[in-house]
Amino acid sequence: MLRKKPRFGNSLTRQTRHWFPLFVGPVLAAFIIGFVWPFIQGIYLSFCKFRLIREAKFIGFGNYVKALEDASFRHAFWFTAAFAIVSLVLINVLAFAAAYVLTQNIKGSSLFRTVFFMPNLIGGIVLGYIWSMIFDGILSRYGTSILMNAKYGFWGLLILVAWQQIGYMMIIYIAGLQSVPDDMLEAARIDGATRAQTLFRVTIPNVMPSITICTFLGLTNGFKLFDQNLALTGGQPIIEQGGSYVKTTEMLALNIFSTFYQSKSTSPGVAQAKAVLFFILVAGLGLLQLNYTRKREVQQ
Amino acid sequence: MKKAETLTSERRRKTILSVVMSIICIIYVLPVVAVVINSFKVNTYVKTNTFDLPTGEMFAGWSNFVKGMTFGNYPFYKSVLYSVFITVVSTFLILLFTSMAAWYIARVNSKISKAIYFLCVFSMVVPFQMVMFTLSKTADRLHLNTPWTIPIVYLGFGAGLAIFMFVGFVKSIPLEIEEAAAIDGCGPLRTYFLVVLPMLKPTLISVGILELMWVWNDYLLPYLVLDINEYRTIPIHIQYLKGSYGSVDLGATMALILLSIIPVVVFYLLCQKHIIKGVAAGAVKG
Repeated sequence: MLRKKPRFGNSLTRQTRHWFPLFVGPVLAAFIIGFVWPFIQGIYLSFCKFRLIREAKFIGFGNYVKALEDASFRHAFWFTAAFAIVSLVLINVLAFAAAYVLTQNIKGSSLFRTVFFMPNLIGGIVLGYIWSMIFDGILSRYGTSILMNAKYGFWGLLILVAWQQIGYMMIIYIAGLQSVPDDMLEAARIDGATRAQTLFRVTIPNVMPSITICTFLGLTNGFKLFDQNLALTGGQPIIEQGGSYVKTTEMLALNIFSTFYQSKSTSPGVAQAKAVLFFILVAGLGLLQLNYTRKREVQQ
Repeated sequence: MKKAETLTSERRRKTILSVVMSIICIIYVLPVVAVVINSFKVNTYVKTNTFDLPTGEMFAGWSNFVKGMTFGNYPFYKSVLYSVFITVVSTFLILLFTSMAAWYIARVNSKISKAIYFLCVFSMVVPFQMVMFTLSKTADRLHLNTPWTIPIVYLGFGAGLAIFMFVGFVKSIPLEIEEAAAIDGCGPLRTYFLVVLPMLKPTLISVGILELMWVWNDYLLPYLVLDINEYRTIPIHIQYLKGSYGSVDLGATMALILLSIIPVVVFYLLCQKHIIKGVAAGAVKG
């Protein structure tokens, strides 16, 4: 993280030291309000039983047990994991293919790039409504709707997210492909390598860093998905499973949200415990990524 | 002879690729075209004739837009104003204060600098759901629940990524320039604003665009923090079209969606280069 620097001998840094309140103070105050304190309080409350925060009573791991026993939470986990993995593969393959074609010097490359990237700027809620109109426009001809079948919800969400994120991943891959040294490709050509051989033996090994970044991004994006999920299906359809109601297309983030704000019977402590589990999962993936990226930097 | 042959086949291959990509591009913009078409269509036909052009009795003129503006007892222009205000002020606060803090952290090598930097990196891997409940309660108690004060919440929650990116850039600036300024009699404040800040411009643009897109499209944070009956941003407004009881007016919804993506698309076409660079630079955030 912070590299060791020579100790500051000059007057400027010695002077700057005393300016902490002005330079760092405002951010630090906001950071404590907006992140540090809510985070610490969130950890604490996940071990408490409460309706109002003032009345929180410490109960140990009870909330975690309840969270893990919750059928809807477990269903959301598997739905999310399946979605994250399928979307990861689909988006990365298509994004790489698009980037590969766009770096072949074909006519209209920059126009194609502009178009593919555009959906990435539209917010998740708006995307959800655009696609729910499109899917229902198709499905209503067969007398059904995206809200009727969990399969439609899954694949619908996948198409939506692919449409949104392919352009983004494509940009990262284009940067990677452009950094492949030309003389290497030239050498492969002179040696008589076919196009496929060049792609798999020269190009792909050289863009491994981009592939790593995009893999982790795809995975964490998949796990954290919320707006699109809420706006497209909102978790519908709902089925009964072992005496409790399960929203079949609900992902983890939405499940936590509904436990907090829509469930009358569950204490917010259980929702907070779910949130902590979710945090551990996502942070684990994120730290793995940082670690990986840093290792790569050392090698270069 | 053989070389000429491979050249023509190469040219043919590129033409075919170009044509294929053009077709995919047309398919790619179809969802947006569908929004445009349906925003001019009478509501009852949106579901049954989603992919038909709004002709004859299906054509609604501007009535969807007029209806959408006052839909759900909440005027749309108010949502637009709140969205613009919150986005602009939050982005400005984040750029100003996090770049200042990042300069201090990068240049003053103390334990507290390191601790803050570590916390920032850590905050980048924490999903919003982890803090949303406690954050909205804290914001309520501190009266940060209005559009005028919510930028402080955005500054706090968005600080991590911004500081991370700024620190990375400041470290690549040679210290000598600032030392020269100090020798010329500049204090830290003048050194920062007259010497460092102008050099930060590329990163300011990258971070600015990332924060702009984030705050503009953000749904959950304002939904939880603001008093929804009084203050709505555009994403909240659109979500509430469906949430409000009664049947959804799809035509009006599409009209509002069209209105809300036009500024984004225009902004994108105007500063495409910066946007793509900025978003790619944020890829580290994960």
